[in-house]
Amino acid sequence: MRNIFLVIRREYLVRVKKKSFLIMTLLGPLLFVAFYGIVIWVAIGSVDTKTVQVLDESGLFKNEFKDNETLKFAYLDSSIDSAKAKFKGSEANALVYIPKNVIKEPKSVRIYAAKNVSMDLKSEIEKVIEKEIEDIKLEEAGITHKILEDSRVNVSSETISLSDEGEKTSSSGAATVIGGICAFLIYMSVFIYGTQVMRGITEEKTSRIVEVIISSVKPFQLMLGKIIGVALVGLTQFVLWILLTTALTSATSAVLSNKMSKESPEMAQEMEKVQKGMPGPSGMPGGNVENPVAEVLGAINSLNIPLILGCFLFYYLGGYLLYSALFGAVGAAVDNDADTQQFMLPITLPIIFSFVFAQFVLRDPDGTLAFWTSIIPFTSPIIMMVRIPFGVPAWEIALSMVLLVLGFMGTTWLAARIYRVGILMYGKKVSYKELAKWIFYK
Amino acid sequence: MSKSKRAVVRPLFYFTTNHSILDAHNVTLIRPLITLHFTPGKYAAHVTADYIDMNIIEVRNVTKEYSNHIALDDVSINIPKGCIFGLLGPNGAGKTSLIRIINQITGPDKGEILFDGQHLNQSHISRIGYLPEERGLYKKMKVGEQLLYLAQLKGLSQKQAMEKLKSWFIKFDIKTWWDKSVSDLSKGMQQKVQFVSTVLHEPDLIILDEPFSGFDPINANLIRDEILELKQKGSTIIFSTHRMETVEELCDNIALIHKAKKVLDGPKKLIKEQFKTHTYFVEYKGDLSGLEDIYTLTPEKELENGYRRTNIHLGETASPNDLLRDLLPRAEIRSFGENIPSMSDIFMRSVNEVPEA
Repeated sequence: MRNIFLVIRREYLVRVKKKSFLIMTLLGPLLFVAFYGIVIWVAIGSVDTKTVQVLDESGLFKNEFKDNETLKFAYLDSSIDSAKAKFKGSEANALVYIPKNVIKEPKSVRIYAAKNVSMDLKSEIEKVIEKEIEDIKLEEAGITHKILEDSRVNVSSETISLSDEGEKTSSSGAATVIGGICAFLIYMSVFIYGTQVMRGITEEKTSRIVEVIISSVKPFQLMLGKIIGVALVGLTQFVLWILLTTALTSATSAVLSNKMSKESPEMAQEMEKVQKGMPGPSGMPGGNVENPVAEVLGAINSLNIPLILGCFLFYYLGGYLLYSALFGAVGAAVDNDADTQQFMLPITLPIIFSFVFAQFVLRDPDGTLAFWTSIIPFTSPIIMMVRIPFGVPAWEIALSMVLLVLGFMGTTWLAARIYRVGILMYGKKVSYKELAKWIFYK
Repeated sequence: MSKSKRAVVRPLFYFTTNHSILDAHNVTLIRPLITLHFTPGKYAAHVTADYIDMNIIEVRNVTKEYSNHIALDDVSINIPKGCIFGLLGPNGAGKTSLIRIINQITGPDKGEILFDGQHLNQSHISRIGYLPEERGLYKKMKVGEQLLYLAQLKGLSQKQAMEKLKSWFIKFDIKTWWDKSVSDLSKGMQQKVQFVSTVLHEPDLIILDEPFSGFDPINANLIRDEILELKQKGSTIIFSTHRMETVEELCDNIALIHKAKKVLDGPKKLIKEQFKTHTYFVEYKGDLSGLEDIYTLTPEKELENGYRRTNIHLGETASPNDLLRDLLPRAEIRSFGENIPSMSDIFMRSVNEVPEA
């Protein structure tokens, strides 16, 4: 036991002391925060007011175009030709021309602009015109303005998950995002740390230190020590990432809301609500500003974060242990990094498949594919993490966890059999047939 | 290791004797210590026999088989305590397999190994130091950290390891290496570090597989002196090597393995005795004609100043004195002596005698 601890300590310290570990640990949260900042910035920051001139010959749209943050409308009274001539000298971004017979010929509406107008502007204008024409036609058909007003409802659905704990507001959007992120992190870490184990073993083999070490430590202890050591490195990295990201995002949010309270008090309120975990504005009646970021961030708070975090750690460890043992066996079987390719494929395929399956499971988190792939140990670490934010029956999680534990015990046993023979084989290219023989050596 | 239960009464005086029991090859099997205790008030003498295990390692009928070949075939070897033991054999003979079994890296298929009279087990690992032929260090680790790590794996505490390392660093004058990365050291320097790691925990048994490969003559000498010093301090050293000059110089006992079988073992002197061919050389001036009727003469070699050298094989009955008597009237003798077979000769002869499998 003392020896295995010594091995773990060495493997851990050697990696944590590396510069690349420090860089990755700092860079990860910075990238995340940069991304987070950009999303918020784009959502709230790019308030660039555009002026649109409207030449309404039909007279139907008086005051129908309402000013908002991004658009200001100015009504013109001249003829189209003089308006066009004047437009070039003005600071307006676009000129909308609505001919007299717009109701009969809706396609005759024209938008003039110095450059191409954005899709947003075009659809905004079209929407107003379409709605007005629709209203007029409906009224002509005998539907009064009042009936029309009543018939207009604003639907923003709330998904409610029914569980034993009662009804709880959930957000399939947030679940998708969180599930996706977890799956991706596990996918990446299995690859990154799995190959680290493999490299470490090949390094011991090529530098010929392995025989010295295994004259003091049992090969199995050495392999297990390395796997656990690297797992702890991964855990350290995740914990640091979570801490640093939380600290940095709070700081970023504070800075942003501070900046916004000067520029736009309304938005600052939104941000505060988001931070306090209140539901986004779209869920509230009379919410006048659509803010999808706030909705997602708000909904994330509605998820069972401790369960997700706990499961994430379990499936990260389980998935990592299952695959790193196999990576370790490959590292022991070959003489140098270049030779690993031929044995890598069967290991990487299930990981890549799980990642591909994850896209389908995101769309149908309770389907047959989702069920089976989240039970089978080789795919469960990634798929189960996709499903958990959507809510999974406890027995399915339990079964999947037990099978995962059995799975990594199995792969570790298998890897140990290959390992103990492989590490003492120098300068020999092995085939699958030989690997199989090693497994059944006494 | 004493296995007997001594009489509780302190004897007035006692008499001891020890006579080793030798096997067919004159190798010590056990040395019983017979102690006769004469205790007052009792007429009879207490006789206890103390069996001292003379062997640090006893390999008993060990067989090791790999999927496509037999590495060791019913091999039995005893390695006496306190000697330098040469484990010889051509490449692929099975030496490394045997060493790995002693190091508990692999286990034997059949047979058993005794370490200091006990069945080989995990507790013996810290009493063995092993320098494998395929050896190396962690390239990116610092020398000091690395040696501390290896010492702790052998059961030393951090503090003990530190103290011992300090004295070795002073002894080898390598204090400046402590914080150097191994990859910054030359190959010879790395070998020194490896040697320190092998003997740092003061093992009872040191196994060195081709220890001098890669050393320049100065460092090889340094290591050789260290080995002799370790032997003085009571360690047993196993050398696995093809270098016969090392064996000639250092080894007290040897075993020769060829094609997975032990073909020869015992004290070097006795083996040399065994391989004597009753051949004498003579350097002389004169004419030896007539001698070829009595003895077998091998072709002469011309030396400087008209001297010649001839090897003369005595028959079973003749003695060197008979030969001298026959030589004296015929020639002026400058030099005369028995041809002692070199280890290299013995090695070649033993290996070639074994029929091809």
